[in-house]
Amino acid sequence: MKKEINFVLNKKGVNITTDPLRRLLDILREDLGLKGVKEGCGEGECGSCAVIINNRIVNSCIVAVGTVEGAEIITIEGYRKTKQYKLLEDSFAEAGAVQCGFCTPGIIIAAETLLRINPEPNENAIRDAISGNLCRCTGYNMIVEGIKIASQKGKGLW
Amino acid sequence: MVSAYRPENLKEALLRRKEFRVIPFAGGTDLMVKGRRWSGLAPHFELPVLFIGHLGELKNVELEQNCLRIGSCCTLSYLLENENMPQAIKIALWMFASPAIRNIGTIGGNICNASPAGDTLPVLYAVNASVVLKNTNGIREVPIEQFIKGVGKTVLQDDELLKEIIIPIKSFDTIYYRKVGTRKANALSKISFLGLAKIKNGLIEDIRISFGAVAPTVVRSMEIEDRLKGKTKKYIKQIIPEICSQYSTLIKPIDDQRSNAYYRKIVSLRLLKHFLTKDIL
Repeated sequence: MKKEINFVLNKKGVNITTDPLRRLLDILREDLGLKGVKEGCGEGECGSCAVIINNRIVNSCIVAVGTVEGAEIITIEGYRKTKQYKLLEDSFAEAGAVQCGFCTPGIIIAAETLLRINPEPNENAIRDAISGNLCRCTGYNMIVEGIKIASQKGKGLW
Repeated sequence: MVSAYRPENLKEALLRRKEFRVIPFAGGTDLMVKGRRWSGLAPHFELPVLFIGHLGELKNVELEQNCLRIGSCCTLSYLLENENMPQAIKIALWMFASPAIRNIGTIGGNICNASPAGDTLPVLYAVNASVVLKNTNGIREVPIEQFIKGVGKTVLQDDELLKEIIIPIKSFDTIYYRKVGTRKANALSKISFLGLAKIKNGLIEDIRISFGAVAPTVVRSMEIEDRLKGKTKKYIKQIIPEICSQYSTLIKPIDDQRSNAYYRKIVSLRLLKHFLTKDIL
C-alpha cells in the first residue's frame, strides 16, 4: 500500500506517494532520475549507492524510503554544486583516483563525510572512511592520495 | 496489504505490535538484504514491517550509578561516539561493518537478529548485559544469554519490543578482541574472540572469555572462568592445554560459505591461547 513520504533532497522538498518499503536507491534513480547514485552489490557491501542522510554517509540500497520521512538527503548531484566537490574533483584528477568511475560518486560522498568531521585526516582515518567502498580499478592508493591532496589544499574549506 | 507501519511513539508501536503480527524494523540493514528482490522492486516480507528506528524513546544512552542503559535503536555510530561507552564495546563496534552501515544499523537490531556472527554479541555476553523487553502491560528484564535461543531465535514475544540494553559498569585491565574476516570492513565474522581480564595483586580477579561464530550462539563458560579466578598468571600459563581442551568441547563450528569448521576451531583456540599467554601478562 502506498504512503505519502516527505523529505528534503539536495536542498529541495520532495513529496512522493509510494510503497514505504521501496529502496531509497530506486526512488532516487528511477523516480527522480538521479543516476549518479549507482547500484553495485545491492546489499550494503560496496558503497556505490552512498548518499548523505542527515550529515552521515548511508548506503541507499538498504534504506527503505519510509524511514527517511523528514530527513535531509544529499546525493552526488546536489553535492557537485559545492566548492568542496570541485576541490575533490580536481584532487582526484591530480592523483589519478578515477579509472572506470563507477565507485567514484560513493567514494566522493565518503570523502566529504570524512572531511566535514575531520578536515586533516591521517592515512588510517582516510582508509577507515572509505572502508565500506569497493573500487576494482585503482587499488585504493590513488584514492587515498586524492583525499590527502584535497585535505591539504582545502584548508579552511571544511 | 499494508507493507509498513510508522508509529509516532513507542506507545503506538507497542499497540501495533499487540494488534497485528509485524516484523520490527530498526535500521533495516539486515532486513533489507533478507527481503531483497531484483533491483527496482521493493523488498518482500511475509508480514508488514513496523518502523521503530526513528523513535526517540529508543535512542538514548543513560549512565546510572552502576550501569549503562542503551536504547535499542541507538545506531552503532552513535554508540561509538558516546563518551560513556565502555572500551570493550567500542573496540567491537570499531570493527563492525563499515561507517555507512554503522550509521543506520542499531544495537537492538544486531541482538534481535540473533546471528551466530552478530558482532555485538560476544562483548554483550562478556559484560553480562541484559535486555529489557516491553509490551503494553509492562517490562521484563532478561540476561542476554537467555534472550538468544539459537540461530535467529530469541524469546521476544510477538507483542514485545526490545526497549533497552543494560550493561553493568566494570573496568578491565586487558581487552583482547579479534575479528577474523575476509575483508577488513564489512566482512561477516568467520570467528570472533573476546578476552577481558582484571588483575589484582598478581592474581586474576576477573576474567571473561567469549567466542562468536563458532556455535549457534556465543560461547561463554562461567564454570571455566570461575576456575581461573584467584589464580596466578603463572599457574594459568601451566594449564593452558587443559583450558583449551575444555573450550574445545564447547566450540562447535560449522562449514559454510565464509569458512569451515576445521579452520574456525583451530583459529579460535589459538586466539584463546594467545590471550592467556600474551595478553593477560
